[in-house]
Amino acid sequence: MSQSKKQANRLAKGGRIDRSRTLSFTFNGQSYQGHPGDTLASALLANGVDIVNRSFKYSRPRGIVAAGAEEPNAIVQLGSTEAGQVPNVRATQQALFAGLTARSTNGWPNVQRDMMGLVGKVGGKFMPPGFYYKTFMAPASMWMTYEKYIRKSAGLGRSPMEVDPDTYDHLHQHCDVLVVGGGAAGLAAALAAARSGARVIVADEQEDMGGSLLDSRETLDGKPADQWVAQVLEELAGCENVTLLPRTTANGYHDHNFVTLHERRTEHLSETAPLVNGHRPVRSRMHRVRAGQVILATGAHERPLVYAGNDVPGNLLAGAVSTYIRRYGVAPGNKLVLSTSNDYGYRAALDWKEAGREVVAIVDARQAPAGDWVEAARAQGIKVITGSAVIEAKGGSRVSAARVAKIDIDTFKVIGQAETLACDTIASSGGYSPVIHLASHTGARPTWRDDLLGFVPNLVKGVQACGGANGTYDLGEVLAEGVEAGVKAAAATGHAAPAVSLPQAKTLEQGPAAPLFQVPHEKPTLRAPKQFVDLQNDVTAAGIELATREGFESIEHVKRYTAMGFGTDQGKLGNINGMAIAARCLGRSIPEVGTTVFRPNYTPVTFGAIVGRHCRDLFDPERYTALHQWHVEHGAEFEDVGQWKRPWYFPQTINGKKETMHEAVARECLAVREKIGILDASTLGKIDIQGPDAREFLNRIYTNKWMKLDVGRVRYGLMCKDDGMLMDDGTTSCLGENHFLMTTTTGGAAGVLEWLELWHQTEWPELQVYFTSVTDHWATMTITGPEARKLLAEITDIDLDRDTFKFMDWRAGKVAGVPARVFRISFTGELAYEINVQANYAMHVWKTLFEHGDKYGLTPYGTETMHVLRAEKGFIIAGQDSDGSVTPEDLGMQWAVGYDKPFSWVGKRALSRSDTRRTDRKQLVGLKPKDPKVVLEEGAQIVFDPKHAIPMPMAGHVTSSYYSPTLDSGFALGVVKGGHNKLGETVYLPMADGQTHEAEIVSPIFYDPKGERQNV
Amino acid sequence: MSNAATFDTRTDGAIPVESSLAYSYHRSGTPRVGPQSRVILRERALLGHLILRGGAIVLDEAVREVLGLGLPGQPQGLVVDASGERSVQWLSPDEWLVIVPGGEEFELETRLRERLADAHYAISDVSGGQTLLELSGEAARELLMKSAIYDVHPSHFPVGKGVTTVFAKATAIIRRPSEERWELVIRRSFADYLYRWLLDAGAEYAIGVEK
Amino acid sequence: MFYIHCPYCGEHREEEEFHPKGQAHIERPKDPEACSDEEWGDYLFFRDNPRGVHHELWVHAVGCRKFFNVTRHTVTYEILETYKMGEQPRITAESLASQQTQGNVQVASGGQQTVGATNAAAPSVKGEQV
Repeated sequence: MSQSKKQANRLAKGGRIDRSRTLSFTFNGQSYQGHPGDTLASALLANGVDIVNRSFKYSRPRGIVAAGAEEPNAIVQLGSTEAGQVPNVRATQQALFAGLTARSTNGWPNVQRDMMGLVGKVGGKFMPPGFYYKTFMAPASMWMTYEKYIRKSAGLGRSPMEVDPDTYDHLHQHCDVLVVGGGAAGLAAALAAARSGARVIVADEQEDMGGSLLDSRETLDGKPADQWVAQVLEELAGCENVTLLPRTTANGYHDHNFVTLHERRTEHLSETAPLVNGHRPVRSRMHRVRAGQVILATGAHERPLVYAGNDVPGNLLAGAVSTYIRRYGVAPGNKLVLSTSNDYGYRAALDWKEAGREVVAIVDARQAPAGDWVEAARAQGIKVITGSAVIEAKGGSRVSAARVAKIDIDTFKVIGQAETLACDTIASSGGYSPVIHLASHTGARPTWRDDLLGFVPNLVKGVQACGGANGTYDLGEVLAEGVEAGVKAAAATGHAAPAVSLPQAKTLEQGPAAPLFQVPHEKPTLRAPKQFVDLQNDVTAAGIELATREGFESIEHVKRYTAMGFGTDQGKLGNINGMAIAARCLGRSIPEVGTTVFRPNYTPVTFGAIVGRHCRDLFDPERYTALHQWHVEHGAEFEDVGQWKRPWYFPQTINGKKETMHEAVARECLAVREKIGILDASTLGKIDIQGPDAREFLNRIYTNKWMKLDVGRVRYGLMCKDDGMLMDDGTTSCLGENHFLMTTTTGGAAGVLEWLELWHQTEWPELQVYFTSVTDHWATMTITGPEARKLLAEITDIDLDRDTFKFMDWRAGKVAGVPARVFRISFTGELAYEINVQANYAMHVWKTLFEHGDKYGLTPYGTETMHVLRAEKGFIIAGQDSDGSVTPEDLGMQWAVGYDKPFSWVGKRALSRSDTRRTDRKQLVGLKPKDPKVVLEEGAQIVFDPKHAIPMPMAGHVTSSYYSPTLDSGFALGVVKGGHNKLGETVYLPMADGQTHEAEIVSPIFYDPKGERQNV
Repeated sequence: MSNAATFDTRTDGAIPVESSLAYSYHRSGTPRVGPQSRVILRERALLGHLILRGGAIVLDEAVREVLGLGLPGQPQGLVVDASGERSVQWLSPDEWLVIVPGGEEFELETRLRERLADAHYAISDVSGGQTLLELSGEAARELLMKSAIYDVHPSHFPVGKGVTTVFAKATAIIRRPSEERWELVIRRSFADYLYRWLLDAGAEYAIGVEK
Repeated sequence: MFYIHCPYCGEHREEEEFHPKGQAHIERPKDPEACSDEEWGDYLFFRDNPRGVHHELWVHAVGCRKFFNVTRHTVTYEILETYKMGEQPRITAESLASQQTQGNVQVASGGQQTVGATNAAAPSVKGEQV
């Protein structure tokens, strides 16, 4: 690292910086100094850093052009550590802090000596728009290879590869009036709205609010404008109904006045948020604002002039020159040539002169400019060349001269000889373009105004634009428009605003501007040195002309062909010039050509702010049962089922060795089949159904019959959509004549409840029935296996006699002293009891079961064992063995379909459509691999003829497949075309690795086909 | 009595019982309330929670008679009795949440059923499925703004209001029984996620948990 | 991110609380068995996809759990009104067209829940955003 340099371009006085303190920072490995109040850009300019980047496509050296969000070149990578890397930061928007470390985004190996510079120079002639596509797309398969290298050298910033030490969050805001922009218009609007008592939020993207008033030459009530700013901010800060958000960018404007604001809370302080009371505050925050009314006071961006060599470092926007001088006390050069088409640009020359630097000339495109500004410049002795423009900037890594010539805008020609003026800085102004990005996010197309030479926003309801954003530039008018917008917005939200007296603005009279969107060159555009339109994306005037010649007539197509306004730039600087050039080439007017659509985000937003607190442990809710702690303490591995964490299996450590999943599941399966196992089934959805029409409702919503289910009985039911396809299944118990408890699949709970409500509320409101979710109220423990009755008998007062408490009965009583409902249902095929207790008592009951269960070999099992056991019995899982295209008949479950029920229940009619009657539908069957060691892959495709040429006709697929320790064999369920009539036939499963498995179609019930074990 | 089954979940006193947050206290701890705590979280565990369904007029009379508290007259309404122990909250045009001290819910349900006789209504005990959290302290509202999409500004969320809304990535009922206190009614299965969320979001306010 | 007026809760709520459920006013045939396959297929599968005014079924899923109807403009995404189950829309493509020609309604250029109808027959439009 070399030694620090002096701030050669820092003026002795002026600016809103604190010269009493010095901050050191590093740019591209070089150490520099600046002051509090600087941006990284102003500090770089103060230190005379000309080249801040290499351009995206041609790798040309680039310097700072602007002073705000519209900066196209000074896009840097921040971060002194890997974890602290932040890409795509505009140096013009980054406040300087001690120790700031930045690098150029583009430029490999460095900006001064760039590998791609060579290509760029060659490409100067040979890289037309579409270059990459045309050159590298063939063969298409190689694009991925080229793209890697192009990206490496083009550089788009990079993400950190280590965990971000900072935190981020969201704040949900609601307000009556959201004011976007804290400049003259925004502050006036905020003041009016605030005084009405409305809830007001003011968001401004800069370090300080005040916008252009912070570096204005104009006075308010005879005082510098920033004094009025301070006074207004003080009043607003004192209002309880006002939230001021500096350093906050409105980055997206969404439907119904929903605006996202990105607030950078600590980025101006240090790389990582500094600790406060031992706690690290959030680095940045996304405010999600729902506003009654939105006021867009986003100002206007200056348009640069498009002339040859306008990208050489030292070409700046005129307004930016003024801002650097007046706000930061930095003169970014010594000898200035100003090229302008309007009066606004003159300000830069006056400021430059006042800073004690040389103004070589003002070159004005207008034939006879007159008025206050021109007089003021002439009075300062500045040479004004009229009817002319800078047609070309000379210089390599810095401007060395300007070639100035008379031009004719109408015929787009240079007249006579150009003269060369030595200078190191060229400031240009082509007028201002209202910042209409946010308004465009709503989908509303802007309107072109010839008098302004710009687009003004078209607004949806509930939003207004004022000041520069509305094409109003006179300070007095801007303030008045702001107040008017504030009053209107307040009134629209029911708040009457008292009068606001505005300060008297002293401004200079403006003369009319010339419509100059591209400066002609002696050579035609396609042969002239490059005239850049979009600096960030390296789009030239020639590129746009070429695009139109190649037949791209729509501006949206021109944009995509040339990349104009792409990416993080979103057309801030170049769009209007680009459209105007396209219009000229196409022989149309600008409004005929129209504008492209600006999209969120206005400027890049860090992912942290988008994610907020929804990351790491809080990425997604984890739902736990009342027994979760026990599972954790007993070493369960967990499976995600929806948002639930369910025990998957419980690996034991046997002889010092932890079981594999396969071993654990085999042990758990055998325990259930031979002794007893226990499952936490609390996640099953449970819906309490009450009402005199509950039975009728069940009869309509389930495929089977419910009219005769007695109190104390349980029934399994299938639920279809009205297209006849299985949607969910579960058991429903009759608790009382008008009272049922429905269970659903774990993942289906919320959907089923909404489904019941849908039918009740929209089709059958006359049925007297209510549905309430009781999923979380009950904990459910399933004990199952031959020893289940013995264990339960020890701790319950319920009579478990096999003939009085039969399969598919439920009884109430106490289990382990806790009131419980016990359901004799089985998903394993073994004797089983499902015990429901109020969840607060679950842990006690569970532990008591273990106290008594040890001697029976009570074994906890998880979802994997549950799956093996149910599949051995051919019990389906809705959503695994079915997929929304499977009818109950496809599943072979006609026994659960009541074809003769009087009401045409949901799904019935569809079962007689020709499609559902096809005999070659995919039907559920058992699949027995010919090799018992093979466990088929779930999802594997089934074919009838493995010798068929590829593509083979698919006959079905495997839906569930496991190893069965009971059968000591792999086995599977699957759906096969016409499978119900193919028992005993062989099917084939060609796998990706070239193997082909063979399997026999069998009954889906692999174990205890008569169902004797559950009835014992 | 309607043809619905009631179920008394009360047990002998000796049976251990666990609130929805039992695991969370064990896992995430309970940050102490200190002088810097700008938010204080307190669980009011093991209360009786009943869901009432039915027509407003019929239920209002019965609830008034049995509980001495009328149904809230407006959507999003919350009424609390003088002791602050019993409350009724509007959940939908035909649905209310009644919260009473733990152990009272069965008797309340039984008496309501007697009183309502053959009317069409439903009562479901959900006491095991949810718990109530209290938030107090000067930063409580900002903590809610970080977490919930609903507007909790006093002008929009006065005392006596309660809403069901999205909270972090789960759902919760947010209630405002008094000027100083906010309440959250959260589902048991989401309780740990929401507890961790509140501790994380509340860290900058030095959130403390009162037990 | 829509801001939707729930006609049961009586206030605007954020879109995250709602689920869209497709086209509104699709009534299940009273006698499904009497339907031809084609009629049943139409009921099951065929939906309108208009450019402009569309009536949709939504449910206030995280809220009062009630289903209701939304009249929405599919180009501007304006929500023109919301109304309860069993009610008919006050605003339809036809009504908007006729009111436009009568010139007594402010037709929004795009964006928010809107309609400044001064039609005495529709003094206030439900779901209108203030």
